[in-house]
Amino acid sequence: MRETWILAKRELRSYFDSPTAYVVMSVFLLFTGWFFTSTLFLENTASLRSLFDLVPFVFLFFVPAVTMTSFAEERRSGTLELLLTFPVRDWQVIAGKLIAVMTLLMAGLSLTFFYAITIASLGDLDAGATFGGYFGLLLLGMATASIGLFASSLTRNQIVSFIVSFGIIFVLYMVDKVGPFVPGWMAAFLEYIGTDFHYRNLLRGVIDTRDVVYYITLTVFAFVLTSYSLSRRPE
Amino acid sequence: MISVKGLTKRYGEERAVNDISFEVQKGEVLGFLGPNGAGKTTTMKVITCFLPPSEGTVYVDGMDVRTNSLAVRAKIGYLPENTPLYQEMTVFDYLSFVASMRGVEPKKRVSRIAEMADVCGLNSVISKRIEALSKGYRQRVGLAQAMIHEPSIVILDEPTTGLDPNQIVEIRELIQNIGADRTVILSTHILSEVELSCDRVLIINRGELVADGTPKDLRAGFAGDQTIRFGVKSDAAPVHDALADWKGINISETISLPEDETVFILTTKNTDDVRPDLFRLAADNGWAMSELSRVTVNLEDVFRELTRD
Repeated sequence: MRETWILAKRELRSYFDSPTAYVVMSVFLLFTGWFFTSTLFLENTASLRSLFDLVPFVFLFFVPAVTMTSFAEERRSGTLELLLTFPVRDWQVIAGKLIAVMTLLMAGLSLTFFYAITIASLGDLDAGATFGGYFGLLLLGMATASIGLFASSLTRNQIVSFIVSFGIIFVLYMVDKVGPFVPGWMAAFLEYIGTDFHYRNLLRGVIDTRDVVYYITLTVFAFVLTSYSLSRRPE
Repeated sequence: MISVKGLTKRYGEERAVNDISFEVQKGEVLGFLGPNGAGKTTTMKVITCFLPPSEGTVYVDGMDVRTNSLAVRAKIGYLPENTPLYQEMTVFDYLSFVASMRGVEPKKRVSRIAEMADVCGLNSVISKRIEALSKGYRQRVGLAQAMIHEPSIVILDEPTTGLDPNQIVEIRELIQNIGADRTVILSTHILSEVELSCDRVLIINRGELVADGTPKDLRAGFAGDQTIRFGVKSDAAPVHDALADWKGINISETISLPEDETVFILTTKNTDDVRPDLFRLAADNGWAMSELSRVTVNLEDVFRELTRD
């Protein structure tokens, strides 16, 4: 475990020692801030719902962007090879990167607490729904980050990494929207594997273990795929 | 210390390494010599546990790289080809990272970094970012990270590639210091480096081991033929005919030089020194002799002979 933390810290330091973290967090806040406030007074409701509706879309672009360098760049520069000759297991390398990406995402997200505090002071904010929303975003962030890392491990090319992770995350987001067009049994299945379906459940403020299990399973599945990808020791 | 038996590494159908076996004794400095793509790097990657063997066994200090990978890795310091480093980190931060990843105790970390900075001459750049360093300094950082945990085995893949002659000398000295009390495996193209630094040499070609011995042994094994350079500053044709007629002497090469000079490279299986006979031949025929010397075989000849297609 110790090595996992060292790796996570190194990764985080590289985010914060370069423009990466600051640009990502600033633009994230810019987007969410703009879209959140533009409808706020029209709706006249003390709710962060418009924020929570928006962030998954923002993650759709930001998570691939943040994860695209993680393995691809290390493969390209050869630092991954050196890292894998240290007395450290493959899974620890993946876990370290996942923790670093999650920390960056959550740091950006936590700055939106300002919105919550502001709204709570102006009106009657539903604490359950708000908590559900942030918790859902945490789980969604974790699962999409894991997918992003997997895509990054497949290639030396950051663009390919971005596109592949964007593609996978997008498909998982859209898959439950085709419900009306497919037979009933298939609709239920597709709904279950869709990230948005589970997210909307959590937004209601009810923490159903099935939704939590879904995100954890998705995270672990992508993690295992990444581990397999690394084990093939691509050049 | 290191025992490689029947090592084969396949990439699909292709065998990058084909049934290689050798031993490395404790404290030895072993050189891997071979053309590009011969399998030197692949062999090193198997020993450092980056790649698993397809067939065969590799034991490091009695431990199998397949089953005891983490323990083996702890004993080895490795510098891959092209010295990969994290560009955005400072030298100090990077060495600190490697030290902690390799289990150097927190209390000892700073002193180890200071020691490595002294040994590798990094004191002037210790707080600079790696991306701002010249190639020579990056190589030194690479060496420093390979040794920071005091490994008993250091494996260096082409540590002097791309360095200018001054830097090469500096790195070579560093390697010689390292080699004084550690087992070192280094791969290189530079034959003079092998002669100067290595106790033993392995020549690898197309995935196979074609020679294994000390530089001296390898050169001796190849001094089969006596080779003489015989130069004349006169009409080459009669000299050529006379030499061609002489039994036991072969003309392996004829070189035309400026100012009417021709040098014949002669080889003979005759173990007696033929130079006095050549001298007399020239004197008897009135040839103006410009050169008469015996060519000693060097490692480059051995290498080229063994790795020529």
